[in-house]
Amino acid sequence: MNIGLDVGSTTLKCVAVDDSGNIVYKKYLRHFSQITSKSAEMLNNILTEHPEFANASLAVSGSAGMGFARQLGLPFVQEVYATRIAVMKLIPGTDAVIELGGEDAKILFFTGGTEVRMNGSCAGGTGAFIDQMASLLGVGVEDMNGLAEKSEKIYTIASRCGVFAKSDIQPLLNQGAKKSDVAASIFKAVVNQTVAGLSQGREIKGSVVYLGGPLSFIPELRKSFDDTLKLHGHCPENSLYYVALGAAFSPDAEPVSLDEIVKKIGSYESDAGYISCPPLFESEEEYAEFRSRHAKDSVAETDTVIPGEKLFLGIDAGSTTIKCTVINTKCEIVFSKYMTNNGNPVNAVREFLTEFYEKFPSTKIEYSAVTGYGEEIIRNAFGADTGIVETIAHYTAARHFRPDVDFIIDIGGQDIKCFKIRRGVIDNIFLNEACSSGCGSFLQTFASAWDYSIDEFARLGLFAQKPVDLGSRCTVFMNSSVKQAQKDGASIDNISAGLSISVVKNALYKVIRASGADDLGKNIVVQGGTFLNDAVLRAFEKEIGRDVVRPDISGLMGAYGAAVYALEHNKGNSTLLTPEELKSFTHDVKAITCNGCANHCRLTVNTFGGSRKYIGGNRCSKPVSGGNAKVQYNLYDYKKELLSKYKPVPGKRGKIGIPMGLNMYELLPFWHTFFTSLGYEVVTTPESTRKLYLLGQHTIPSDTVCYPAKLMHGHIEMLINQGIKNIFYPCMTYNIDEGLGDNNYNCPVVAYYPEVIRSNIRSLNDLNFIWDYVGIHRRKDFVPRIHKILCEKLDRISAEETKAAVDAAYKEYDSYMNLVRAKGDEYMALAKEKNLPVIILCGRPYHLDSEVNHGIDKLICECGAVLVTEDSISEHVSKFATNVLDQWTYHSRLYAAAKFVADSGDSRINLVQLVSFGCGTDAITTDEVRSILESKDRIYTQIKIDEITNLGAVKIRLRSLFAALGQE
Amino acid sequence: MNTQDRVLFTKEMKKDYTILVPNMAEIHFELLVRVLNQYGYKAELLRTNGREIVDDGLKYVHNDTCYPALLVIGQLINALDSGKYDPHKVALMITQTGGGCRASNYIHLLRKALKKAGYEYVPVISLNLSGLEKNPGFRFTPSMGLKFLSCLIYGDLIMLLKNQVKPYEKHAGDTDALVERWIAKLIDMFDRNRGYGYFSMKKILPLITKDFSEIPVIKTDKIKVGIVGEIYVKYSPLANNHLEDMLIEQGCEPNVPGLMGFMLFKTDNRIEDIKLYGGKKLKKAFMKLLLGYMMRIESCIEKAAKAYGNFVAPTPYMHLRELIKPVMGYGCKMGEGWLLTAEMMELIESGYGNIVCAQPFGCLPNHIVGKGMVRRLREIYPDSNIVPIDYDPGATRVNQENRIKLMLAVAKENEYASDIKRFVS
Repeated sequence: MNIGLDVGSTTLKCVAVDDSGNIVYKKYLRHFSQITSKSAEMLNNILTEHPEFANASLAVSGSAGMGFARQLGLPFVQEVYATRIAVMKLIPGTDAVIELGGEDAKILFFTGGTEVRMNGSCAGGTGAFIDQMASLLGVGVEDMNGLAEKSEKIYTIASRCGVFAKSDIQPLLNQGAKKSDVAASIFKAVVNQTVAGLSQGREIKGSVVYLGGPLSFIPELRKSFDDTLKLHGHCPENSLYYVALGAAFSPDAEPVSLDEIVKKIGSYESDAGYISCPPLFESEEEYAEFRSRHAKDSVAETDTVIPGEKLFLGIDAGSTTIKCTVINTKCEIVFSKYMTNNGNPVNAVREFLTEFYEKFPSTKIEYSAVTGYGEEIIRNAFGADTGIVETIAHYTAARHFRPDVDFIIDIGGQDIKCFKIRRGVIDNIFLNEACSSGCGSFLQTFASAWDYSIDEFARLGLFAQKPVDLGSRCTVFMNSSVKQAQKDGASIDNISAGLSISVVKNALYKVIRASGADDLGKNIVVQGGTFLNDAVLRAFEKEIGRDVVRPDISGLMGAYGAAVYALEHNKGNSTLLTPEELKSFTHDVKAITCNGCANHCRLTVNTFGGSRKYIGGNRCSKPVSGGNAKVQYNLYDYKKELLSKYKPVPGKRGKIGIPMGLNMYELLPFWHTFFTSLGYEVVTTPESTRKLYLLGQHTIPSDTVCYPAKLMHGHIEMLINQGIKNIFYPCMTYNIDEGLGDNNYNCPVVAYYPEVIRSNIRSLNDLNFIWDYVGIHRRKDFVPRIHKILCEKLDRISAEETKAAVDAAYKEYDSYMNLVRAKGDEYMALAKEKNLPVIILCGRPYHLDSEVNHGIDKLICECGAVLVTEDSISEHVSKFATNVLDQWTYHSRLYAAAKFVADSGDSRINLVQLVSFGCGTDAITTDEVRSILESKDRIYTQIKIDEITNLGAVKIRLRSLFAALGQE
Repeated sequence: MNTQDRVLFTKEMKKDYTILVPNMAEIHFELLVRVLNQYGYKAELLRTNGREIVDDGLKYVHNDTCYPALLVIGQLINALDSGKYDPHKVALMITQTGGGCRASNYIHLLRKALKKAGYEYVPVISLNLSGLEKNPGFRFTPSMGLKFLSCLIYGDLIMLLKNQVKPYEKHAGDTDALVERWIAKLIDMFDRNRGYGYFSMKKILPLITKDFSEIPVIKTDKIKVGIVGEIYVKYSPLANNHLEDMLIEQGCEPNVPGLMGFMLFKTDNRIEDIKLYGGKKLKKAFMKLLLGYMMRIESCIEKAAKAYGNFVAPTPYMHLRELIKPVMGYGCKMGEGWLLTAEMMELIESGYGNIVCAQPFGCLPNHIVGKGMVRRLREIYPDSNIVPIDYDPGATRVNQENRIKLMLAVAKENEYASDIKRFVS
């Protein structure tokens, strides 16, 4: 007689097994965080239905079961381990198990060396992730399966983190991708995440078993796993109960008196031992005072329209919502609407317009403006007159409430946007980087997990006495914090208040990184749908210790701003669809692959009847403009062109392979020349692609290392596949000393990645992989060192020959760098002559790879700017005092470039810094580059890049930057 | 130095300024602070704990910076805010390694944080061996350095013995009480300028072992777990959520390799650097001399640990160096470098095949020497059971504990399996 209780993050599972191993009772339910009452209920059921279990053995398992078991004095079995026990007993002969739960993903290997793997603290390919994605698509999880069945194509979606995936899916939806395709792509992302993140190089093969909720309920997800693993996995009966069964079977299970346990659980009061914050409101009076203060900030509304009156339309097509506002010449709101876009922004706007035209049949829209993520598609679909960047729209609206506004913070569905206003110009923009999103949809996710609407959920927290202190952290972490709080007995109102507070903390400390109210500004306007929740607004005021203005149309500010903008920039003759045209409106979406270049972008082609068309998913303007792109002054292109000249030259000593990644992007001229002059044919790998990444994905040991490093695995595999026997990829603690910094290190990852390669790619054991430590910063000492390595690892080459090759290598490196610098000068001069804006795109040499930079360089050039790189201008700056220890060569160039911009005094020249996600050193450089620029009142723009980058957000930054330049 | 004007710690300040020292390894730092006191500095070790430290860190340090920086700076600012000290009569001390890791920048991040918090007038003293920043009021002398080394030796031995006795002690609290007693005894000796020298250490160290061996214990089978990691997270209970205590509570015997190995490693790196990339012969010779001395005092720990009882003695540095040779190059020196991997190998060989590799989330060197080497180690030692755990302000205890539990479940099973094997053969 055994009972197993599995307390998961979102569900509760319980089984009772009799002595012959038959399951006599099983139950599965969502616990909505009421773990104690629900589990007492289950055990009670067993007791009434099967009195013979009164003294059965019991064990607890599950990711949220640990504290529960500890406090009740029950034996606990770690859940992965429990799965293992159950599988060994029930499905002997299993080779591997893949189990997905609410918040965790696990792989267990049974044969050929037992191993268990669990997802780390940064992983999203789980049940909660699928839930989140489903709510983003506006469908239930159950519908996802049906959708995926009908899919025709798969999009690439970041699988590493739920928040990342979200920022991939949003643009897809906004561009009109089909939900069915997106659903299937989400499943594929889960599969990739699990396989890449957990298998860590170990092949999943043989007899595979699928367990856990998502895999039990979603056949299409199983199919997706089958396809990727090229096998046919099996989802057994009771697949939901394996953890509970394992607990029941576990030798750790102890006999208990069920009756007593039920009583104990009943009287179990958690010790409320969580850390709490002060309540949001002490009393009803305080709340009433707060309400009346904010009621003052309102916009006049009217529904009387004089026939023939000029009206102006603003549309804010946000990430999850669509806001539309129509105003009259007095800036009064005539008609407005706030809608969720349910994955189809076009439909939402059509509904709005139809309703508007019905309500006001005799009016005409004089002029219209669109802003937001969906700006382009909406403009094209409905013939809206102009598009503006969101920051301008919000500023236009905020100015209407407080002409002296100096700080605007907008927390929307998926993003936080804040900016400072200095002298009437948008000055400093903070957007949440993909990693710390949270915001409205973050509250939304938690609300719907507990079956509340977001308003109801946020209201719960208003008078909570002990709000949970959840700190500031990303959504994925927040799930487990909430789990812990629940465990510690936090009630739902306290969690709700805690989440509202943490939304605010996220915005303040992770996005803006403010240290106090003075960091923000004096006249603060808050807006965005999330601030409509009084709990969030109150938390914000309390956190910064200052009253702020929240317009009553907080959620509509983008749209209102766009409408006001349309009014201010009225050119008349609106091209917006008329009621008649709207009636015959159609919308078709086709997905195709662009073959214009090696990127092979997945395009979505939207046609709206007539000649209106919108193409999304493109990284460059080629498919849109028909291949006649303008001439671009792009130093990235020039550098690539230079590097492409180092081609293999057949020689007497055979072939040697060099992987093109990380520091090799700069040192290729050096090593190519070196080996070529020694008579080796140097074979390099091509620019990275997604495919190349997948080639090496299975050998990546650390899922949080930067993307450029991860790509290295693919490059090495590619060389191996080409049959190259000698691969050269040396460890380099030091880089060339350019005399700009205090030291000339490489970052630890660049310096020692060859060690990771050699320890994790097994097939290298049979090849000659040259990973030795060399330092080209000390030329004299380098010669004997490399000579020794050559003799040991390659051929007996004479010292003289080596010396000559070294000389040639240094010479070539210098000449390469000089060409880059000369081109930089040329572009700077050209920009000056033609009065073009210049962007110094700062990063690392390996950001040249378009798989790494996602075509951001081209995007910048399309905005009409001349693009130069940090290394092409850093020589114009001599060593100067910095606030940090300037110890890395590549980073010294960043500081130099910032100094160059700051000292130039030329507002035409600006800096944009590319930062790879997970780059630890950039936590230091970004702050320093910013402070160098801001010391001379210059704008700092940072763009974070990873496996996948939300180009929509990148565009906002760039457009705001150019808009700010235009304003001055 | 390539840094802008900083507030110097002047000679006048030495008289009445309190120097606040952030805590890292509890036993060691208690002793280290006494050395500072002896040289006339009013140094005080911060023993604070709690969530406010993390919050202060988050508030004043770039959130993507490594967790140790966030905590150290959080702890210092938290102390300044506490009202316990007059901020105008306080200086802060922080270590600076000077390597290619982000850690060399902690001091600058601290200064930035001070400025942000309105304490830009508080002087910060860099404690480093590379001659990075100098202050007129603080001199790091060779004799002070040698005394520091002695503190590490004592600290390493006490930590080693504590972890091997505490899990088995018959009367709860015996071990901790003895640790306290010995710290007090050593402080008393240090205050009289005794106990630092090689010969007195040779005499005193075995006495420590003797005392620990006399604590009544019940020898039961415990899971032996090694702890390696980024140096701060490895030792600091504040950072690793009291990992040692938690393991003992879970019925394990933890083993945390000492700080002396790290010092030897950092010294050896300088010799290796010259071997690999060239450099001054004189510097190399001097470093060799220093390394020789350090290895000599290091050997005291091993001898002392073996003097009484049945303690597992630490592995000498030279052996670690041999172990790592087929796995990594000696040039891998940033952060904990190859030493971290070597410590895992040493632990596995000494019977601590279950290992927690504690690292700050996103720690760069750990991508290489921690997570990056797990697979290789499994090839060499198929029974090894290593779990990398990330620590950061957002990671919750539940998540960490759960992963450690999984490691322990596997450990239990391995033990059981080897019992069967033994029985069958």
